[in-house]
Amino acid sequence: MSATVIAESGATKTLQVDTHAINFGPQHPAAHGVLRLILEMDGEVVERADPHIGLLHRGTEKLIEYKSYIQAVPYFDRLDYVSPMAQEHAFVLAIEKLLSIEAPERAKWIRTLFSEITRVLNHLLNVTTYALDVGAITPSLWGFEEREKLMAFYEAASGARMHSNYFRPGGVAKDLPAGLEAQIGEWAETFPAFVDDLETLLTGNRIWKQRTVDIGIFSAEQALAWGFTGPCLRASGVPWDLRRAQPYEMYNHVKFDVAIGRNGDCYDRYLMRIAEMRESVKIIKQCLAAMKPGPVKVLDRKFSPPSRSEMKRSMEALIHHFKLYTEGFHVPAGATYTAVESPKGEFGVYLVADGTNRPYRCKIRATGFAHLQAIEAMAKRHMLADAVAIIGSLDIVFGEIDR
Amino acid sequence: MDAFLNTSFGITILTFIEALAIIVPVLILMAYVTYAERKVLAAMQLRKGPNIVGPFGLFQPFADAIKMMFKETVVPSGANKVLFFLGPMLTFGLAVLAWAVIPVNDGWAIAKINVGVLYLFAISSLGVYGVIIAGWASNSKYAFLGALRSAAQMVSYEVSMGFVMVTVLLCVGSLNLNDVVLAQQHIWFCIPLFPMFVIFFISTLAETNRSPFDLPEGESEIVAGFFVEYSAMAFALFFLGEYTNMILMSAMTSILFLGGWLAPFGIEPFTWIPGPIWLILKIVLVLFFFLWTRATFPRYRYDQLMRLGWKVFLPLSLLWLVLTAGALMLFGWLPHAV
Repeated sequence: MSATVIAESGATKTLQVDTHAINFGPQHPAAHGVLRLILEMDGEVVERADPHIGLLHRGTEKLIEYKSYIQAVPYFDRLDYVSPMAQEHAFVLAIEKLLSIEAPERAKWIRTLFSEITRVLNHLLNVTTYALDVGAITPSLWGFEEREKLMAFYEAASGARMHSNYFRPGGVAKDLPAGLEAQIGEWAETFPAFVDDLETLLTGNRIWKQRTVDIGIFSAEQALAWGFTGPCLRASGVPWDLRRAQPYEMYNHVKFDVAIGRNGDCYDRYLMRIAEMRESVKIIKQCLAAMKPGPVKVLDRKFSPPSRSEMKRSMEALIHHFKLYTEGFHVPAGATYTAVESPKGEFGVYLVADGTNRPYRCKIRATGFAHLQAIEAMAKRHMLADAVAIIGSLDIVFGEIDR
Repeated sequence: MDAFLNTSFGITILTFIEALAIIVPVLILMAYVTYAERKVLAAMQLRKGPNIVGPFGLFQPFADAIKMMFKETVVPSGANKVLFFLGPMLTFGLAVLAWAVIPVNDGWAIAKINVGVLYLFAISSLGVYGVIIAGWASNSKYAFLGALRSAAQMVSYEVSMGFVMVTVLLCVGSLNLNDVVLAQQHIWFCIPLFPMFVIFFISTLAETNRSPFDLPEGESEIVAGFFVEYSAMAFALFFLGEYTNMILMSAMTSILFLGGWLAPFGIEPFTWIPGPIWLILKIVLVLFFFLWTRATFPRYRYDQLMRLGWKVFLPLSLLWLVLTAGALMLFGWLPHAV
């Protein structure tokens, strides 16, 4: 800390004192990836928090412009790598809108089911690592045990534990393997008990409450002004959930409650996620009950590939397969902004098609970006440890912020 | 033989052997506390813990030690070299030094001094110097923040710990740790002084920088705090110091409140087991609580910890001290006629 004289008049001297700046990240255990936060400190108190982005920039949006529509889907898994399918969902829905096609009913149920599994997957990671940031080490290990089961479902359905590339324009890649529905059903029965266990460690814990209640308060007005969505917005008391506000997929056929917070502090953001996990389980059960056997992708061979056996018999099918995986389909010129309620909030894709087989432009609305910019406003005049809790509660993942 | 032992050389040899007799078991216990910590945490977190090196992973502490010895010691470019290495030495040296007065059985202590409690208190207070020196000498902002936190924390908990000890001393009438244990022959102090016992245990958590008071090393905030710049044996010395301190504090808790080497209730089947075994069992029990809290609780924030120390524990321990003193006077229970 150094002091420099900036004005001197008679007996009074004006000194400017440099606050102590620390470089929080990009390699920091609580940086949730590669956040570089320049914290100007006054002792332990944060005077200014300046988040720097771009350390995980991979040029996703530009890369998508050089890929056919189907080839672009896997990029979405790699944005927010904690909730891959939710993002594929937004892109796939945008393409379907431009193509004016609709996935068959079973595909829609499967997508709804896996959107909710993704939500649980994301919230489990967030809540538990958030607890880890605040110093509780056990929840994260319990949570990862449970996530492992969900990843097994991912793997069973798509073949990959994380980067699934499962949702496709016009449906899903393939039908669920036999027995998976029953397994998910069993898991849905046991999961609420796990959430109860998790809550015994945190919800009523006095230290946890001291660390999170009234920390990083954001009012409803502020939250809206800063572009918050998802659990962070609902924690501030705004009942806005795209699943309810503009239902897509099968969300208007399932019953669920939208949890609303009151104070908009770190504790409420935590409660929102816990409540959403419970609601997700309800939706998962309803999906499983409503699912009927049937096709899982549109039968129009211009958009979805024929089956392997069909290809061996029919010349037509072979041509379709070849065209689909080399040239891809052409999307009529047009533009759409399609958004889904990803676990972190509103994840949107602004897709401009120019009639060719590649997107003209694909702008991605990353949820975390809006949340990250509020760190300064939230963490100001809080202590260093609170800044860490705030970062945890905002659920930031750099894959999607840096894109 | 006796004649030889009375020469100054003989006394030196004897003291040396006595010191080894306490330091070696303490260090072995310390090595296995790290193993126990990993196993206990693993059990609470649905994991397995170390299980590769040796049967049930029992040789893990030695594997870790060997690894530490062969790592490179990195000194940051802006560090003050002398102080940088003095810090860990001080921390570890003091942690071991304190064991001189711990009685493991009636009269079994290296230094049977009459100010044992004061000595312990002084040594454990000095421990903060190692931390501050390390934090300052590293010339790193994170280390510096950690050192400041540590200094503030240790100072605020020392005071209430002091009052707790004074309360115990009132009931004993002596500063000799041997007498402290002997005074508990009828009833362990953890029963009549239960609130003080709780305060003391929580203060020891703070004193040893253990969760939920592990702010000086606050993994997720200041990375590793005061020893963020340390590697190899210098780091290992901090590590040894921390765990030796944990054992020391558990020993203090056992001696002050759990009757030291005394068997529970002082009745037949229990008294067959020798005193030192009882002391070790009690230390292990207290250590288990250390680990249990670590698995269960989030970390306090800096100001909350200070508030707990100064605004809750200090008045509470002071009040209980006055109450105890009053009760002792009122009922004429003072240990020695004044």
